[in-house]
Amino acid sequence: MVKKRNEFGKIKGFSIQFLPYSEIRDLNSTERIKKILGIVLGNNILILQGRLRSDEETRLIEDTMAMISHLKDFRGIELAVISNNGNEPEGFFRRVKSNLITAIAGGDIGALTIIGPATIVKEIRRNPKKIELFLNK
Amino acid sequence: MVAKMIKSFFKKIFFNLFKQKRELKLGFYGPPNAGKTSLANRICKDFTGEGIGSVSKVPHETRTVQFKEKVEINYKGKKITFKIIDTPGIATKIDYEEFMKFKLKKKDAKERAKEATQGVIESIKWLDDMDVVVVVLDSTQNPYNQVNITIIGNLVARKIPVLIVANKIDLGKANIKKIEAAFPEYDVVGISARYGKNLEEFYESIFKLAKKI
Repeated sequence: MVKKRNEFGKIKGFSIQFLPYSEIRDLNSTERIKKILGIVLGNNILILQGRLRSDEETRLIEDTMAMISHLKDFRGIELAVISNNGNEPEGFFRRVKSNLITAIAGGDIGALTIIGPATIVKEIRRNPKKIELFLNK
Repeated sequence: MVAKMIKSFFKKIFFNLFKQKRELKLGFYGPPNAGKTSLANRICKDFTGEGIGSVSKVPHETRTVQFKEKVEINYKGKKITFKIIDTPGIATKIDYEEFMKFKLKKKDAKERAKEATQGVIESIKWLDDMDVVVVVLDSTQNPYNQVNITIIGNLVARKIPVLIVANKIDLGKANIKKIEAAFPEYDVVGISARYGKNLEEFYESIFKLAKKI
């Protein structure tokens, strides 16, 4: 759900890009993060099928921080992951089943990752049942 | 059988002797302005008489990892020695203009932002060194923040025991249940680091967690 705070006409120069998981499946961590940040730096809001591994998520944060110091108008990113598992505790069989699916698919393709540049995306507000994207004026 | 029991008995004694002497690294992680330094200060002052760092309403007051060694926490007759490690808040964005809202000059705000970005990188690098981690969250804020989920996910992947602290329970907007609902697989302890509220339960949880190592 994209929520506008102001009239959409006032927000210029960005697009929403969808990236299927197959585009990053065979990439290593460095290449994945480079690809993601490349898209975000081009003023795009990225909707990625699947999610990064937890160590890749922290690596993404580290690389983002390093870039803030080096790029003049870059202020960072807004990031949210929606997983079909949610945060509910999983039973043993459900965990085995989801691990098996993840192993076969080569990643958690049931999840969605939303990443946008902080200059465009003010906040991604997540509640258990919905996600709201607030854009800067 | 008897030999086995004797061996196990001595092994236990030696293990406990070693364990008592060891200094456990207790890290404080979380988003900016959640109260990590306030809590670390409270613990250090209670058991050493000295604080660990300064606190401020301006986000990213802690911009380098700061620690205090040999903090012996004494709880209900039991003692554990910790190295308390207070880390800069982890964020995915840092905007110097946000600091200017707190009346910082542009030059100072930019410098603070630069230091804050380095602080986030440093915090993440220290994750590997922790024995136990307390994730400090502001109980007045929405806990479904990706930074919180990423930190906890990383700790789980590294098999580091985690305790979630819902800080600022003295404030009217505080909602511990929301944090418990967001992280149902973890122990959540509600405290007020500022007023020292419910620290007994916090120390009890820390001792329980230390046993898992």
